[in-house]
Amino acid sequence: MKIPALRIYTIAYLVFLYTPIVILPIFAFNNATVIAFPLRGFTTEWFVAVWNDAELRGALINSLIVAASTSVLATTFGVFAARASTRYSFPGKAPMMGLIMLPMVLPEMILAMALLVVLLSLGIKLSLFTVILGHVLVCTPFSVAILSSAFQSLDKSLEEAAYDLGEGPVSTFRLVILPLVLPGIISSLLITFTISLDEFIISNFLKSGEELLSTYIYSKLRFPKYVPNIMALGTILVVISITLLTLAEYFRRRGLAKTGAKDSGGFV
Amino acid sequence: MSEPRRFWGTEAASGLAMISPTAIFAILLLAAPLATTLLYSVFTDGYLVVDPTFTVENYTKAWSSPVMQSIMARSLMVSMLVTAATVILAYPVAYFVSFNVAQDKKGLWLFLITIPFWTSYVIRVFMWNVMLGRTGVINSALIGVGVIETPFDLSFSVQAMVVTLAHAYAPFAILPIYVALEKIDRSLLEAGQDLGETRWTTFLRVTLPLSMSGVVAAVLIVFIPVIGDYVTPELVGGGKFPMIANVIETQMLKADNKPLGSAIAASAMLLVAMVSLVFIFMNRRYLRATK
Repeated sequence: MKIPALRIYTIAYLVFLYTPIVILPIFAFNNATVIAFPLRGFTTEWFVAVWNDAELRGALINSLIVAASTSVLATTFGVFAARASTRYSFPGKAPMMGLIMLPMVLPEMILAMALLVVLLSLGIKLSLFTVILGHVLVCTPFSVAILSSAFQSLDKSLEEAAYDLGEGPVSTFRLVILPLVLPGIISSLLITFTISLDEFIISNFLKSGEELLSTYIYSKLRFPKYVPNIMALGTILVVISITLLTLAEYFRRRGLAKTGAKDSGGFV
Repeated sequence: MSEPRRFWGTEAASGLAMISPTAIFAILLLAAPLATTLLYSVFTDGYLVVDPTFTVENYTKAWSSPVMQSIMARSLMVSMLVTAATVILAYPVAYFVSFNVAQDKKGLWLFLITIPFWTSYVIRVFMWNVMLGRTGVINSALIGVGVIETPFDLSFSVQAMVVTLAHAYAPFAILPIYVALEKIDRSLLEAGQDLGETRWTTFLRVTLPLSMSGVVAAVLIVFIPVIGDYVTPELVGGGKFPMIANVIETQMLKADNKPLGSAIAASAMLLVAMVSLVFIFMNRRYLRATK
């Protein structure tokens, strides 16, 4: 039963979803400082300006440090929580998992302020490290969600077979479980890296002087002169995000194929 | 996190040992800060310090001041509008992907739907500012093509905030509804039609009630972050229509009144929890039925 009206509606909806990221490159290459039609002409001037922006380079390096640390830490925490929740039953499991997943539904501002208050009262100086702590908190639930489905589709008898053949829990994990969930781990690393790179609120309130990519962009939005540069930078970021996501999706599907699970769709 | 050796083997101990690194991290960096916020909210604001004398004054200030009341009302109104728009617009999309797309293409469609969500949030929000302004992209395009003559002005308005947020949280609504639709046993629909229902009445009497658990999840997962949104009121609302997150920032940092800021944050959490519970209660019939 095909209803063409639904298909047309869905395509219209996708057009609405994609409008901002399609407009972005159009004006990134437009030779005008005002973002409006008609287009004036082709230029790569804004990309050159972005490339030569030393302050931006510093912000990018900070963001990469934060995103890389966050993705490794959040995925590590994700592995522990996902493995515990899919494999074992133990007292207090539901409230503990609830607490771990809570940042997914808590407004980020409340999270950022609560963390800020505690860090300041403990006398901990704000730095990239405090930003990383906040990002790990936000990214861990996403990692748990991705990894839970990877661990869920594991056949428990494979593990039992390894025990029967004389392997201990550590070597069983390394030799049997890890290879099977590795695609899920890679997918989690990529997704949490992407979330951290884009995250704004926690970065904005838990950083000290040094800018991150998102806070740098935000600070420049007030200046009309700088808007075309933001368009160019935004275009680059969209391309990077889509590349990372396509890789993550590829690994996620490969992982599901490996363990023989049915594809249940998206990341979230 | 090494666990004493004698505990190995019992499932509960293994599970607790396994979850402990993540759980301890969450307790230290989430439960403890949230508890501190609650504690601060009943403390007195001193000069540069927080004075640990019990008071409920922060809450009376947060709830009785007309400015705070109007900000809370605006936050509620914006997030309810956004949630309604997002969920109603998302349902047909989720339905289409679940019922009208071939099994092997579903992953691709969901991937297409989620991509825009993963691109820089600040830039996406700012793009709506660029598009909806008086001299913005949409106006200049419509005038250029000759559809309209005088530009509409949506810049720095609550309407623009609603459009921006409805765009930003779209995938949050689609995915839970899709998951609920996927779980529906297709033979129930055939049974409905065999018993003489039309396609439309089958939808109303079978599909919609069975997918309500997804709709409830979608409503909550959109409503909660939207009410706490900070960037959109700043960028798209131009700072003229602050919401709860913006006053929390003002009180916590600019006014350096941490107890009042904490009380507003706690009130916001309470408000969100109450609205969510009422909504879940209203839909308890569907939630029980589909469990």
